[in-house]
Amino acid sequence: MAESTSSPLLIGCAAGFSGDRVDAAGPVVDTLIARGGPAFLIFETLAERTLALAQLRRRADPQAGFEPLLDDMLRPVLARCLAHNIRIVSNFGAANPLAAARHIQAMAAGMGLPAPRIAVVAGDDLSGAQHDSLLREQLGDAMDTIRKVSANAYIGAEAIAAALDAGAQIVVAGRVADPSLTVGPAMSHFGWRTDDWDRLARATMAGHLLECGAQVCGGYFADPGYKDVPDLHAVGYPIAEIDRDGHCVIGKAAGTGGAVTLASVKEQLLYEVHDPAAYLTPDVVADISAAQLAVAGPDRVALTGVRGHARPASLKVNVCHESGWLAEGEISYAGPRAEARARLAADVLRRRLPDLVLRVDLIGVQSVMGDDAGRLLAAMPAGDARDVRLRVAATHADRAQAERLAREVTALYCCGPAGGGGVRTTLTPRLGTLSCLVPREAVPLHFEMLDALQVAA
Amino acid sequence: MSDSRITVPLYRAAHGRTGDKGNRSNISVIAWHPDLYPVLLAQVTEAAVAQHFAHRRPARVQRFELPGLAALNFVLDEVLDGGVNDALNLDAHGKALSFWLLDLPVTVPAAMAPLLAGPALADADWFFN
Repeated sequence: MAESTSSPLLIGCAAGFSGDRVDAAGPVVDTLIARGGPAFLIFETLAERTLALAQLRRRADPQAGFEPLLDDMLRPVLARCLAHNIRIVSNFGAANPLAAARHIQAMAAGMGLPAPRIAVVAGDDLSGAQHDSLLREQLGDAMDTIRKVSANAYIGAEAIAAALDAGAQIVVAGRVADPSLTVGPAMSHFGWRTDDWDRLARATMAGHLLECGAQVCGGYFADPGYKDVPDLHAVGYPIAEIDRDGHCVIGKAAGTGGAVTLASVKEQLLYEVHDPAAYLTPDVVADISAAQLAVAGPDRVALTGVRGHARPASLKVNVCHESGWLAEGEISYAGPRAEARARLAADVLRRRLPDLVLRVDLIGVQSVMGDDAGRLLAAMPAGDARDVRLRVAATHADRAQAERLAREVTALYCCGPAGGGGVRTTLTPRLGTLSCLVPREAVPLHFEMLDALQVAA
Repeated sequence: MSDSRITVPLYRAAHGRTGDKGNRSNISVIAWHPDLYPVLLAQVTEAAVAQHFAHRRPARVQRFELPGLAALNFVLDEVLDGGVNDALNLDAHGKALSFWLLDLPVTVPAAMAPLLAGPALADADWFFN
């Protein structure tokens, strides 16, 4: 608590989504060690659907349901983090934070490390039947018709800060809001109150810049000739330097590729933001409408002008449910009249599957920019593209009906236009999402140290 | 000559990134140079963006101004065919949509040409097609 608050706090981020690079953390940790001072490492691994997928894995295996790459992400840096007092905060617990914590405990033991103090944050998971009445109040009859897979509240930084105050070296959470992974360490380190809105808002935006990993360092940014990024193949991950008032300078791991520039930071600052005066999180309403950025050195950009307002009274909840099947099929046409043959194949599929609502893409002509109804493609005159991949997609509540699409695309081999090749088909279970707000008081949050939990068990 | 203007695609004057939440897309439009920001303010309007995305039938287009960043943030409601869970699009997030917007034609005072990004020669194809 509040020790050495005059020196800046360093927070490095080594993952921006489930499935991010597992070799990201090494250079971040090396840089944190070299710079010295108080430091944290965060991994952000949850997106809107990730938790539902994790919940499905947990159903199949009670010891699963946390980030599948957790071991690959953490093992290379765990020993160095513990040895240098770099504490770790993550939502990689996903649908099963307790199992994730046990896994880390076993990993440390297997590596011959002293047992780390691991805290588990709980309370976000509202998938149990005891929470159905709460959700029904908000979602109404929809709750009775869906086949629920997961229900999670987006929770804030308080439980993380409390766990760190209690001495946790590793904090494992589930559906913590992404920026809260940064706000929690800053709250704990600087001893901020939970209504210190300006400071919380500044740390929230530091967290927002960190939460997508390489995206602020030139990842997901390069556009040759316009936005050139050095050594994109080795793009570095970010490190925020946060002062006692929450102001931050964003930099990146030493010895890595990529670039932290005004342009790269602006793109990430506005990423997934709606009203810049009201960026809602569980911790605070951040206002970046008067934000400013300034270069503070090579690959260093300072953010100022962020204000904060009182946090929302409610928490956002996402309820994921089973939602039928997605069928997709593709086939390629190339050479003379390829586009005409692909268009004919699409016409064959429409006539064979009149009861399915097909999306049709001509990859190489017009695909992802268009809408599902095909207005953009329909507005384009037929051309003479010579390398076209036809893709069709449809959804159906019934698996057997969805499978018909895959079979018809496959049948184009012998029954469709000339020269079609490379058929691929997939059938994927779909997840739907319902969102609602619930009163903050209805989601009691807490943390437990893993050793205490195991004594209790 | 002082009031002559050139027409260029928006990507010469600005860059941007798309984000998504549910069935809502946000697209940042960030001036390459602060002096180009007034061009964005005057021409990259809610109406112009709604028209440019007409095939996506946005229920609403909102524009937010960030003068300190020389940037605009657009929020387009109901343009993602339901969003990542429901869309049949390969790009269900609508990640590519910033590049659709960056093709919007804008006119820039000729005197500002040195502030534009990218090779000027590359315009020729775009302009005449």
